[in-house]
Amino acid sequence: MRVKVGIPRGMFYHDYYLLWKRFFDNLEVEVVMSPKTNRDILNTGVQACVDEACLPVKVFHGHVDYLKDKVDYIFIPKFISLYRGEYCCPKHLGLPDMVRHSIDGLPQIIDTEVNLRKSNRRLKKAVLETGRYFTNNPRKILKAFDEAYDKYKQYVRLMWQGVIPIDLVGFYDSQHLKTNENKNSYKKRILLLGHSYNVYDEYINMNLANKLKNRNIKVITTEMIDEEIARYYALKLPKRMFWTHGQRIVGGAFSLIEKKAIDGVIYLSAFGCGLDSVLMDLVERKAKENQIPYTLLTIDEHTGEAGLNTRIEAFIDMLEWRDGDETNFPTHG
Amino acid sequence: MKLTFPHMGNVYIAGKAFFEELGQQVIIPPRCSSKTLEMGTKHAPETICLPLKIMIGNFIESIEKGADTILLTGSCGPCRFGYYSILEKNVLNDLGYDIDFVVLDPLREGLKPLRDNVYKLFKAKNFMDVIIAGKIGWQLIKKADYLIQLSNIKRAYAIDSYEVDSIIDDYYRKVEKTFGQKAMMNLMDETMEKLNRVKIKKDYQPIKIGLIGEIYTVIEPFVNLEIERKLGHMGVLVEKSLTPTIWVEHHVKSYPFGSKTERQKYRLAKPYLKTLVGGHGRETVGSALYYKDRGFDGVIQLLPLNCMPEIVAKSILSTVSRDFDFPIMTLILDEMTGEAGYLTRLEAFVDLLRRKKEEVRYG
Repeated sequence: MRVKVGIPRGMFYHDYYLLWKRFFDNLEVEVVMSPKTNRDILNTGVQACVDEACLPVKVFHGHVDYLKDKVDYIFIPKFISLYRGEYCCPKHLGLPDMVRHSIDGLPQIIDTEVNLRKSNRRLKKAVLETGRYFTNNPRKILKAFDEAYDKYKQYVRLMWQGVIPIDLVGFYDSQHLKTNENKNSYKKRILLLGHSYNVYDEYINMNLANKLKNRNIKVITTEMIDEEIARYYALKLPKRMFWTHGQRIVGGAFSLIEKKAIDGVIYLSAFGCGLDSVLMDLVERKAKENQIPYTLLTIDEHTGEAGLNTRIEAFIDMLEWRDGDETNFPTHG
Repeated sequence: MKLTFPHMGNVYIAGKAFFEELGQQVIIPPRCSSKTLEMGTKHAPETICLPLKIMIGNFIESIEKGADTILLTGSCGPCRFGYYSILEKNVLNDLGYDIDFVVLDPLREGLKPLRDNVYKLFKAKNFMDVIIAGKIGWQLIKKADYLIQLSNIKRAYAIDSYEVDSIIDDYYRKVEKTFGQKAMMNLMDETMEKLNRVKIKKDYQPIKIGLIGEIYTVIEPFVNLEIERKLGHMGVLVEKSLTPTIWVEHHVKSYPFGSKTERQKYRLAKPYLKTLVGGHGRETVGSALYYKDRGFDGVIQLLPLNCMPEIVAKSILSTVSRDFDFPIMTLILDEMTGEAGYLTRLEAFVDLLRRKKEEVRYG
């Protein structure tokens, strides 16, 4: 019987799922994923986790709880830093420890430490450490990773060309996806800001992206903005942004706002998110300066869908009213 | 340059004397009050953590008193404190205040900005001046902290614990009128003598509680609703895991190795939390074990609502508590905290510890 590794569908799953899956496939390890977030997962997560944590962390606990009896290992890497001199959110730093102390009866957790704060060489160490659980052949591990990384890079590049990641996860082999959709078919372009684990989890954000798409709106997410460009714009901040995701979110938002390439910004934030409390203030100020409409949607385990719908509708109505305003020129042709 | 800095417990006492000694004009914000908090909450971003809100209140109050330069220590992640200076600048600009920020960022962000800022603040011309000035500051911080710790001990043992309060209140009042390092040192000596004259109970064995958690909430009495006094009046001996002395010793004096006790705390935390989680998350876990080893009866974790590192620590502390049968209570503080509910929880916790101690003693 092959060894089974569980990957919880939460937190960085949405960023790195393809990389992880491919890597484990190459090592001939069976990957078991938890299903998409649903009510049961949310409820078990809320019960297991400390009350003060943010929604995505609670949901993540639920996913781990779902997987714990079904697999031999659970893969929860410890992301400390993804870029030189930068950090991830403190909750990522302590995620495996939080899970370990909140849920009983867990299988072995693979909590490889990814710390690229000082140098990128740590990545190789982290990869080897993960692979060691399954094979003793370092060459095989590195080869498996390199191949997976190439595929992952392709996916990232595809996103930068404007493919909505929600369409893409799971279909990455069929690369004939239309990258240049007919721009005129969209009425408005909205930047949906927020962390990947809020934006792409359809259950906790109540299908926000699809709701926008159904109203004929082009949705742009943080992941669709070229990282280099985002980093360039993040340099305009008066102080170096020390969170990698802060760089992406603030830089990405700044680039589109300054180019006036969007009609509005929706910031999707989980209640109690520490990074967002800083980032959204910075983005809101920038949007105000450039007269781009901005709204904030906060989600937690109690959010009612009707209220969210009303707010989205009101925001879109407001965008459409602006068209009638003489001083408001269309932003893109 | 009229210098001001935010309140954090008794730091202002050392800070005031230190900068006055160096010839700077210092304006201390009025002690934190509900007015401070109200102003802060009104102007600060809504979802930010409590310390920023209070700092904004402090700044506005000192600017009204005439300050034009704000001194702040910086950091560069992963806790959001590192971005405080930028957010605060934005808020104050919105309010129409034109003010300078001097932020002391850690050394790895570059030597030059740090050196320039230190030279500017310390009015120093070379490195020797900085060291001499630093020594004076260090003495002041140590003494001010020792005084507070002494008052905590005396309060637990005193026959009339309110006598200690009146001595300390008197001291705070005099501080505002004292100028320079020498006078401040004398004032502290006098207060210490007074404290030592307080009559104490004989053969009394107090309950011992360690205060752990986020540094600002542990140190600033307004934010933690005077927890040291409240516990002291219940006859409890309180010790704080973080004080300005401990901070300076760890981050400045023993740079870059860190102080001995803090390293010991890392070691103790290791079976539970191997890596850093930002802020003082790892120290919190270590401190709980540190106090357990020193024979304390329990610890109380303090954190502002939504403090990211402390939330991680909290989920781990529940295991620590279970593993060693060691009582740990968490109190979360924000602008909505009600004093009555808070006091009830403290009383309940102290009762629990007393009973536990009696059970051990009498079976």
